Parts: sequence; structure tokens; C-alpha cells
Amino acid sequence: MIERIVEPAVTLRGLYKRFQPEGISPWRRFWPGSDGPPRGLVALDYVDLEVQRGEIFGVLGANGSGKSTLIRLVATLLLPDDGEIRVFGHDAVAEEIAVKRMMNRVSVEAAFFKKLSPMENLLYAARLYDLDPGAARLRIVEILGGLGINEKRVFEPLEHMSRGMQQKVAIARALLTSPVLLLLDEPTTGLDPRSKREVQEFVLQMREQHDTTVVLTTHDMEEADRLCDRIAMIADGRIIAQDTPAGLKRLLSPDGNVSLEDVFMELTGHGLEDEPAEDARILIANTT
Amino acid sequence: MATLARELRVSYAFVERNFNLVKRYWALEVAWFIYSVAHSLAMGFIGAGMARVGGQPVEADQLVLYLLIGSLVWSYLAVVFDAIGEMIAWERWEGTIEYTFMAPVNRSTHMIGSCLFAVVFGLIRTALILLVVVLFFQIDLSGANLWAGATVLAVASISFVGLGITASTLPLLFPERGAQMVFIAQTCLLLFSGVYYPTEVMPEWMQAVAQVSPATYALNGIRAALLEGQGIADLAGTLVPLLLIGAITIPLGVRIFTAAERYAKRTGRLKRSG
Repeated sequence: MIERIVEPAVTLRGLYKRFQPEGISPWRRFWPGSDGPPRGLVALDYVDLEVQRGEIFGVLGANGSGKSTLIRLVATLLLPDDGEIRVFGHDAVAEEIAVKRMMNRVSVEAAFFKKLSPMENLLYAARLYDLDPGAARLRIVEILGGLGINEKRVFEPLEHMSRGMQQKVAIARALLTSPVLLLLDEPTTGLDPRSKREVQEFVLQMREQHDTTVVLTTHDMEEADRLCDRIAMIADGRIIAQDTPAGLKRLLSPDGNVSLEDVFMELTGHGLEDEPAEDARILIANTT
Repeated sequence: MATLARELRVSYAFVERNFNLVKRYWALEVAWFIYSVAHSLAMGFIGAGMARVGGQPVEADQLVLYLLIGSLVWSYLAVVFDAIGEMIAWERWEGTIEYTFMAPVNRSTHMIGSCLFAVVFGLIRTALILLVVVLFFQIDLSGANLWAGATVLAVASISFVGLGITASTLPLLFPERGAQMVFIAQTCLLLFSGVYYPTEVMPEWMQAVAQVSPATYALNGIRAALLEGQGIADLAGTLVPLLLIGAITIPLGVRIFTAAERYAKRTGRLKRSG
């Protein structure tokens, strides 16, 4: 068991992100017509958040609530319109490379060069992170073995593997680089119960053995309850509640004898699987 | 020095990855090679048939080689532009683009690694096409300076890489049609550079554009080396402009790409769904 140092791993201050709708011509953006400037969708609406080192921090929200945008902003794949992102004290915009060295991400789709084998894909990742290729080859076999993928499959094209196995390879890719911050964007969505349980065990193991900080977005209430130390509930790009799972349940019932889904539904007025209605989203009708 | 060594090591990731992809898609590469050979043979037949079409005697061997050089440069440029343009388009298609862009890699390292493979692969492939076509038409290359021709192509590659990097911003900014735009850019570049004809036959305004195109110097230099047997020392007038254009286009290409990447990250275009 690793003794934890209390320090912020991820700090978000006043984080704001808005996307312009597709199909708007450039001149329409600069010279709006009589109906005003183009509308935009606010994905994150001035979010403040702090994740402590060694924590497993859950972000719960419905589809389109801003969870993935939050993860991709921390992962340096998006630039914020306003606000600040710090990862272990480094500014994610100004010190992008330093931040990238510390983290890795697993998303809902296991994105790989599918014709290549897990070994070829993971060796590519290892070289990008400047790991010794000889040591990486051994570690790849070891990590994949730990995830239940035998050595023979390591050299077969990924396209021959099931979705569950591909997702395990995606997790292995993230683990290979020994990230101090692991971003998991719905990593167990679409997995069978056994694979889901194996992935969850691995997440717990990562935290226990390597002091990895984990930010996890999920739809799965049980998963959030089981894995997360603290949870932020997000709706329409805003954090609506943030506490330990027990603390969140106490918001609804003093004895905490309710589910996280009950809490979420009470706070947002809709379930986690529901797509929020377009008019419920925050649309910028007129920015001037 | 340590940083440079690190960047070189990291750039090898792209070389190895692209080599593995070519290995796995070998059937596609064979088909593409056959297409390029067929195209070069067709150009050779045009040269061989000119005397009959025009009713005037022509130096068939010289004409075949003249057109063949245009065809080889076209094929080479296609490989280099494809590899660099596809660097983005393919990754977007596979969904790996976010993982590559999330890795702690300088964009110049990313570009150089991808381009290095493209250039080496393109040179080998072009040499093989030349071999096949020379054997087919029994072209006499005894007076040709093959090393000088290869040197011109290698030096021209620096400029082509710079232009390729700039062109690769198209699939970054236009997810649906960007790869096709790269193909159009490559075709226009060759059109202005005298791919199958002397630039003097073009209108003056097109000739002015040809003066700043590295493909013009590449085609002229390779033709001088293979048709007239000129050596590297004789080709200074070709090699110096190529180096100068390369010195401008590579840093400019990386800057343009970096700006396009920032735009893509601001607008959510790294992932098509935003």
C-alpha cells in the first residue's frame, strides 16, 4: 500500500468550452444575418474541480453533458475557450508536452491500427513515449498476460479480436507508459460483465500499486459507486454536485439508503441514459 | 544533444509503424505498384508512338525517357504526398489520431518521422518502376548519370516534404474531403512544373508559378542527369534552388500545421464528432 501525498493532481478553474455548430460558413460567423450570430453549444460552463493525487475521481453525466469534453480538455486534445487546466502544477496549454508525459487515456472506442497486432500497436505507443523497445516488448507481454490475453494473440492482427479484448489492449497501452494520471472515458461501456469486472480490478490495482490518479467518466452507477473515492455529477456542462458516493447519497436521504441514480435523477430531472432535450442545453442565442 | 537523440528515437516510431502498415497492406501496395508501372508504360508508349502520330521522325528513346521521368516524378510525389497526407487521414479513419496527438511528441518530430519513411519508401519504389520500364522498352541508360538523378530526387524531397506537411493540414481541417484535396494539390503542382512537357509551352503566368515550384527544378535536374548525363557539379543551378525552397517550405509547413492543429483543437476537429 502506497502512502499518499496530498496534492492536487488535476485542477480546473473556470473552465469554459463552447463548440460552433457545423455547416456555418466563415463569413456567416463574422457577418451575422438578421437572426444574429451563429448559435453555439456550451459543452462546459465555467467548471471548477480539483482531483487529489491518488484519487479515483468519477464524473457522472448523461450523454452530451460535457464529460468527454472535460476529459479531452485535460488530455490536451482540445483547447479551452476560457479558464485554466493544471496537471500536477503544470499548465495544460502552456506546458503541453510536460503534461502529456504524465498522462494517458482510455476512451470508449479502442482506437488502433486494426491490421497491426497488439505488439505492433503497443510498441508504437512505447516508442512515442521514448520507452526502451526491448524492455517494452517484455512489459507488453506481461501486461497483456495480466489482462488475460495469451502470448500467441499478442502477435495476431487486432481486427481478429473481440471488442472486449481490444479494450483490454487499449488499457494495456495506457498502462505501458506508467501514467501518473489516467483518464478513463467510459472504458467499460459495451463490455461483457466479466471483462467489465476485470477492467475495474485493474483500475483499483493501478491506484494501489502505482499511486495513479484516475479520472473516470461513466454511465454505470454501480461502477462509480464501487471504484470512485469522489464523484462529480455534471449536467449541461455544469457541475451540479460533488462529494463521496456516500455524501452524494446523503443529499437525498440522511441514512444514505438510496442509489446514485436516484440522486442523479433528483438533481437533474432525467436519467443517466437520457439524451437531454436540445432546448434544455445551454444555447447561446446571442453573444453580443 | 540529448534532446535531439530523443527526438530521433521517437521519430523512428513513425518509421516502424508505417513499415508495419505497408507490410500488413502488402496486397494494396502491390496493386498500387502495378498501377504506377502501367501508367509509366502508357507514357512510354505515347513517346514511342509520337513518330507515327505526328508523321515526323523523333528520337523515340529520348522522348520515352523524357516522358518516363515525368511519370516517375509523378509516382514518387504521389507516394510522398500520400504518406504525409494519409498520416492524418488514415489516423482519423482508424481513430488513432487522438492517441498520436496526445503523446509527448513535438509536431516536427512527428512530421520528420512520417516523412522519412515516405521518402525512403518512395525512392525504392521509384527505382523499381524505373527498372521495370527500362527493361520493358530496352532503354539505353549508358549515357545517363543515375546517381546524379537520384541525388536530385533526394534533394527535391526536402521541398516536397515541406509542401506535403502543408498539404497534410487539409485532412486535419476538412475531415471528409481533405485527403482528396491533397491529391488535387499534388496534381496542380505537377501541372505547373512541366511534368510531361517543357514549361516554355505554358502561358507566361504559369511559367512564373513554375519558377517557385520545386517540382520544376526536380524534373529539369533529373532530365539533365538522365538524358544528358550531367553530373552533380553541373546541376548546381538545380540543387541550390531546391535546397533553398526546402529550407523555406519545411519550417513554414510545420508552422502552418501547428497553427492548423491549434485551430482543430479549438474547434474539436481532431475528432470528427467534435
